[in-house]
Amino acid sequence: MDREVLLKIEGLRIEGRSGDGWTEIVKGIDLTLHRGEVLGLIGESGAGKSTVGLAAMGFARDGCRITGGTIAFDGTDLRQIPEPARRALRGKRIAYVAQSAAASFNPAHRLIDQYCEAPVVHGVMDRARAETDAIELYTRMQLPGPGDIGFRYPHQVSGGQLQRAMTAMAMACRPDLIIFDEPTTALDVTTQIEVLAAIRDIVRQFNTAAIYITHDLAVVAQAADRIKVLLRGQEVEEADTRAMLDAPREAYTKSLWAVRSFARPEQPPATGTPVLSVQGVTAAYGKTRVLDDVSFDIHAGRTVAVVGESGSGKSTTARVITGLLPPVSGKVVFQGAPLPPALKSRSRDQLRQVQMIYQMADTALNPKLRLRELIGRPAQMYLGLQGRALETRIRDLLDLIELDPDTYIDRLPGELSGGQKQRIGIARALAAEPQLIICDEVTSALDQIVQEGILKLLTRLQGEFGLAYMFITHDLATVRAIADEVVVMQRGRVIEQGPKAAMFTPPHEPYTELLLSSVPEMDPDWLTRLLDRRAAGH
Amino acid sequence: MNFALTVILGLVGLFALAALMRWGARHALTGQARAMAHDMPLTAAFGILVILIYTAVAIAAPALAPFPERDIVGTQFQAWSADHPLGTDRIGRDMLSRLIYGARNTVGIAFATTALAFVVGSILGLWAALVGGWLDQVLSRLVDALMAIPALIFSLLLLTIFGTSILSLILVIAAVDATRVFRLARAVAQGIVVMDYIEAAKLRGEGSWFLIRREILPNALAPLVAEFGLRFCFVFLAISSLSFLGLGIKPPTADWGSMVRDNATLITFGDVTPLLPAGCIALLTVAVNFVVDWQLHRASGLKEQ
Repeated sequence: MDREVLLKIEGLRIEGRSGDGWTEIVKGIDLTLHRGEVLGLIGESGAGKSTVGLAAMGFARDGCRITGGTIAFDGTDLRQIPEPARRALRGKRIAYVAQSAAASFNPAHRLIDQYCEAPVVHGVMDRARAETDAIELYTRMQLPGPGDIGFRYPHQVSGGQLQRAMTAMAMACRPDLIIFDEPTTALDVTTQIEVLAAIRDIVRQFNTAAIYITHDLAVVAQAADRIKVLLRGQEVEEADTRAMLDAPREAYTKSLWAVRSFARPEQPPATGTPVLSVQGVTAAYGKTRVLDDVSFDIHAGRTVAVVGESGSGKSTTARVITGLLPPVSGKVVFQGAPLPPALKSRSRDQLRQVQMIYQMADTALNPKLRLRELIGRPAQMYLGLQGRALETRIRDLLDLIELDPDTYIDRLPGELSGGQKQRIGIARALAAEPQLIICDEVTSALDQIVQEGILKLLTRLQGEFGLAYMFITHDLATVRAIADEVVVMQRGRVIEQGPKAAMFTPPHEPYTELLLSSVPEMDPDWLTRLLDRRAAGH
Repeated sequence: MNFALTVILGLVGLFALAALMRWGARHALTGQARAMAHDMPLTAAFGILVILIYTAVAIAAPALAPFPERDIVGTQFQAWSADHPLGTDRIGRDMLSRLIYGARNTVGIAFATTALAFVVGSILGLWAALVGGWLDQVLSRLVDALMAIPALIFSLLLLTIFGTSILSLILVIAAVDATRVFRLARAVAQGIVVMDYIEAAKLRGEGSWFLIRREILPNALAPLVAEFGLRFCFVFLAISSLSFLGLGIKPPTADWGSMVRDNATLITFGDVTPLLPAGCIALLTVAVNFVVDWQLHRASGLKEQ
């Protein structure tokens, strides 16, 4: 590649504060980026991807400091120039797109106000021109109604649209470099495709260089020209996307590739009374109907995956089963006996039988309680364990989820990694000794290696205790790995249901087909081909 | 000049003592308490020391004071001397003795009042946020109505009805303050009750009292503790303004707030004596807020080692 070098990072070292001292979290990274080139940065959580991405703007997060190396942007070392000069570059020549657009937009201002801020502050254009320009870019990002979408507030726009609006905003000053930090991770598959395609196109149109940070290999393969793999702050390898996908050199890279190979052995079809049977459930929030005649069964020792995009009613179904939302009609039958519709009228034993694991372990575990109490409470409450028996039970549970009791029993959730927190969520559910566990997107906030660990753990526990799982997810790779039966939902209805094998073999319902085809594949041409095919189909 | 020097030397001495106390705590204590002593900043140690001294003085007031609280032991407005280290007040009572007894009355009442206001206000506030619906409406609108009446007028009204004993003074100021605490606790808790861990606890079948005590309160504690430090100081003001109006702590009982007012004439003659009670209040306020800041810092930090 003989294009002009835009960004050259050499020997970058960054330290993070830990307790009283400093620990090195980025240990000498080199990185070269040419004009108009897209570099994919991948690795598991804690690899230092985001830290490196921010350092490319000459920025270190609170509690971090850049201790060594040069960051040459267009010939200027960002570490040598004063802070005001760096600030003049940010937003104008280097822009940043964060993972959660919903959290990054200021909820009190309209999208277009936030769009216009950077160009006006940097003196690139005046307010009126910036507004015209915003509409132009919204059009290019294929946002619906580009003329008025900017005049809405962030909460009035969907997640995928927000992410695209944020990309448009990053483009406002026509920067030379954009840092994308996991821009599609929080989106469901069908939305992810739209955002991914929009990002790829706009970067090409303006010949903008980009650093694309993600933990999803298949995603980065669609967008990046080159890929760099990081592990614990060090580079593992770097190669052109195709070369990397065809022949990864290092063992670690190969293990990243192999993660998705996990699959639970097939179970024979279940017979007898189902553990849980949802029968013709219709539910509504006020006057808005959110579930329409939903029925399915879950048998002991089996996993039923409920799939669908956001807003399809997956989580609402869970709320009906747990009693948080009494249905308008229909019933939930547990081991042949109907459950009272409302939470308050259920007995303690009925509550014990159905446990739940949440998507965001961060908000599902009380940050001020120690693991001892978090896990011990259900055992104490439902099974009446006290004193030594309780202590033994807590330790057994920690052993079950593969965390060392002596190290962890008195920790707070804030002292655990994302994957460990999710394991505590699992232990808390197990502590009640339930028959059924509802897993609500339990792996979608985790990176792939950690995801695999959680899925293996859940599978092992299912084998040991004969648990039934209701697995809510939008990730079809997870479904393929662990489900026995699949229920596909859309707009509150069950579109299709049946054994996994049948679901993954054609013919499909059109919506199932859309979901299936939206799962990114490890092939750099996949997105192009998919979009061509969809365009031809219409 | 001499006085300023004494004050500065006194403060430096207190800080040195605080550093010594912290050093002692780090060596003498074990386990969790030792870890706490380890991350304690000097300001917090100073705060704790000052609070301890105030407490000791309040408890041991009769033993420490050279003269009884209410007796006229000299002529009015005597200058500082060996007999009366801080002189006498406008009817000839010993200033130092009254200052020492004042610690007992003022600090004791202020603490009891603030604590009561916080217990009542935060429990009701957290409960309203948790249950929501009509209970929240009833409690919140009631509090709104109470807050619409100016605090001082409202306290006067209540004290006129219930009479002016120390107990009714505590109850009345606590009731007025509890409305402010209620608002804060409810607002903080509303952000907490929507978290998944509260839903998880509800699904487990936990009762309201457990939810308030174990799930919500630990997460709402930081802002409540900060507010406690602030309210504690406001209560001094409330007590002294009520005393001024003749409905607070009744003379001849010593109270720092009224001591400032009683002897205010001396200030015009360039004497600092009347400001000493105010200084005592200020020092305690600073000390309490040092400790509160430290606790807030601990609560906000990720690591609690």
